[in-house]
Amino acid sequence: MDFGNKNLWLLFEWNGTSIYVTQTLLATWVVMAVLLVIAVVIRLRLSSFKDVPKGLQNGIEALVEIMENFTKSTMGEGYEGYGGFFFGIFAFILLSNYSGLVGLRPPTSDLATTAALAITSFLLIHLTGLRKLKGGYFKSYLSPLPLLLPLNIMGELSKPISLCFRLFGNVLGGFIILSLVYEMLPFALRFVLPDVLHLFFDILVGALQAFIFTVLSMTFIQQKSVRN
Amino acid sequence: MDPKAFILGCSAIGAGLASLSGLGSGLGQGIAAGKAAEAVGRQPEARGAIMSTMLIGAAVAETCSVYGLIIAMILLMANPLVALV
Repeated sequence: MDFGNKNLWLLFEWNGTSIYVTQTLLATWVVMAVLLVIAVVIRLRLSSFKDVPKGLQNGIEALVEIMENFTKSTMGEGYEGYGGFFFGIFAFILLSNYSGLVGLRPPTSDLATTAALAITSFLLIHLTGLRKLKGGYFKSYLSPLPLLLPLNIMGELSKPISLCFRLFGNVLGGFIILSLVYEMLPFALRFVLPDVLHLFFDILVGALQAFIFTVLSMTFIQQKSVRN
Repeated sequence: MDPKAFILGCSAIGAGLASLSGLGSGLGQGIAAGKAAEAVGRQPEARGAIMSTMLIGAAVAETCSVYGLIIAMILLMANPLVALV
């Protein structure tokens, strides 16, 4: 069986290289469209919001409040601006993991997606460190001993790798197990039996991994921009 | 014997062995969950903080088994050794 990322149709050819619309790309577009529609709907409703919240406004205010409190409790004071960015990342990963429920191939089961997310976190970790600590950022590589410089650099480089492989491995593992189960069952049984597995591998693991990716990125940023 | 069949068979055994890396992280996550249960029992009001710390710890403990899974998948699906024959 092939669990790889399949090409769906040809997009264009460039210098003899064919660029295809893959399953990952299609699922990413669907996830992006859903998120955009939600964002636009909320933005349009924003002008009709009142002082006393009701219905939709209640839910949105609760979400924003949870996000702000969570950012403050994980990263401390002075990082409030990161809440919105990480909420966006969290929403994207969560919807990507859940897109397996509607039969799409989850975009996070492709190494390219998770690597892009991990590289974003990596850049954010070091740019925040440079901005907050200035020269002290370079000095932090020499602590506690100048002899440990190569170890410190290795440690920094391993962070994005472990971030990206953790998400990729968990989602792809669940995807493979579910595909094997679907392949094993006769057609009539495919509608009921795998639901329990979907509950665990998509809903539980998907939410957990989205949460862990954001929390670990936040903790890394906070660690790298504090003088020790 | 066909060398390619031999390499593929050995790769399948290797993939099975690589998935044994789940042993260590399973133990580690079990210990983490047990300690978290103890901590909640001792201090029920700190439940939220204990839960999120435990989840992060469990995720970090899981990393090595995910590496094992990736090695198993490389051996099964994108085997670099077959090209050597």
